[in-house]
Amino acid sequence: MNAPAKRIGDVLLKVENISLSFGAVKAINDVSFEINEHEILAIIGPNGAGKSSMLNCINGFYHPQEGTVTYKGIKRHDVDPHDAAARGIARTFQNIALFKGMTTLDNIMTGRNLKMTRGLFWQALWAGPAVAEEMAHRRKVEDIIDFLEIQSVRKVPVGRLPYGLQKRVELGRALAAEPTLLLLDEPMAGMNLEEKQDMCRFILDVNDEFGTTICLIEHDMGVVMDISDRVVVLDYGRKIADGTPDAVRKDQTVIDAYLGVQH
Amino acid sequence: MGFFLEVLIGGLLVGVLYSLVALGFVLIFKASGVFNFAQGAMVLLAALCLVRLIEWLPKWLPALQNPALVVFLAAVLSCALMVLVAMAIERFVLRPLVNQEGIILFMATLGVTYFIEGAGQSVFGSNVYTLNVGIPKDPVFLFEGLFEGGVLVNEFDIWAAVAAGLMVVVLALFFQYTRTGRALRAVADDHQAAQSVGIPLNRIWVIVWTVAGLVALVAGAVWGSKLSVQFSISLLALKALPVLILGGFTSVPGAIIGGLIIGAGEKLSEVFIGPFVGGGIEIWFAYGLALVFLLFRPQGLFGEKIIERV
Repeated sequence: MNAPAKRIGDVLLKVENISLSFGAVKAINDVSFEINEHEILAIIGPNGAGKSSMLNCINGFYHPQEGTVTYKGIKRHDVDPHDAAARGIARTFQNIALFKGMTTLDNIMTGRNLKMTRGLFWQALWAGPAVAEEMAHRRKVEDIIDFLEIQSVRKVPVGRLPYGLQKRVELGRALAAEPTLLLLDEPMAGMNLEEKQDMCRFILDVNDEFGTTICLIEHDMGVVMDISDRVVVLDYGRKIADGTPDAVRKDQTVIDAYLGVQH
Repeated sequence: MGFFLEVLIGGLLVGVLYSLVALGFVLIFKASGVFNFAQGAMVLLAALCLVRLIEWLPKWLPALQNPALVVFLAAVLSCALMVLVAMAIERFVLRPLVNQEGIILFMATLGVTYFIEGAGQSVFGSNVYTLNVGIPKDPVFLFEGLFEGGVLVNEFDIWAAVAAGLMVVVLALFFQYTRTGRALRAVADDHQAAQSVGIPLNRIWVIVWTVAGLVALVAGAVWGSKLSVQFSISLLALKALPVLILGGFTSVPGAIIGGLIIGAGEKLSEVFIGPFVGGGIEIWFAYGLALVFLLFRPQGLFGEKIIERV
């Protein structure tokens, strides 16, 4: 193992003074934080706090009206989601967004889309280089399938899979892109205890083995406190805390936000 | 037996033509979840462009008199037009409507239909034009050794069937086994998820509308050669509907089998059942069959099964 002792490195992505509003509704209000290389950062907060909106800003679905996102040292301006993907940001969705009619295998193969370079011409001919390329990527995908322990459903259309497995396939699709930064929007929502434990293990393994930086949104506090290196807390679109799990757990503003304040 | 075969083969060959039109619908539906009502208009546009260029090119370039070369050049230019149409539709219709409901995109294609029909006819004229792409249309007899008199078919129909068959095989393989094919299917399922894995929507749309345009060109050339190029070609869209319901909106092979079943079914029923119930079955047979399918197997023969989780 060449993993350096607690591997956290420099700033990978920096969010500065981001504000996002939909009409009169302010979803995010002047939020800044950093994501460091190789860390697992959790974003928590009550419903409607702007967590998912924040992920959408990072991967380019939303373009915040104010503030900047700096990724790998470069300030971005209104990137498209597929540009963000090309630069190594992969994600999963809160309400699973898989290609339901396609098999597990095909779904994960779409994740390799950006890694495959052979042009339309070779693909159309289904000849030479395109075939070799397809095979090489297929092997990578099989590795991911093994890693996530979903061999048994390789050829099943994902629409038929139970919820927990669909979440896993979605993670697989994101991993197939070999991302630098992986955004997970409630990866454990709706899972039972065993499924949650599996998912935790996968997230930790991904972080450990591939050095992938992970930014996740999660409601299960036990999970968050266990696996994350750092926690950012949002409430009503504002950042109210940012620190280690232990520090955040004891923070009075956070406790107030979650439990309500006595008047 | 010889007569039955003759009717059957005649029906299947007509079915191939239905398949060609239905194929254009399937391609776009698979890749963008849009039911493209403009497919019929695109067939008309492609056919008009082809037939008029074959007429005009020798006038513009007096040096160009070789008929085969003229047809080839006209076909290439028509392809170019269909690419331009695809790009224009993506830029001005689809891009502003990203992530909208299917029904809104459908309405947009209705508008596109009228635009293409109008613009096409004002540029290329609105008369009836005879299209001759140089494929012989002589009747030939098959299986003469097996039956007395053999089976009479048109040579042109056989060429059309071969062309259609080839196109289908290539497209089916392309969709199933290539990266772009997978990207097309991914876009059809979920725009946002497709973007998040790095699939650029705009490029995919241009590709798929271009392919649909080229399929329209082949369909237009074949129909135009059989029935001459005229406005009624754009009504083919309506005949392709039952084919789609039968074969499934998302299946390339389904479009083909559906077309064949309807082509053969309508001719056979006309000839063998028609005399007992009065003629005209040919006209509504397809729609009747489609209705039965809608009731008992709404996803069609090969469509992706509709899975509802509650």
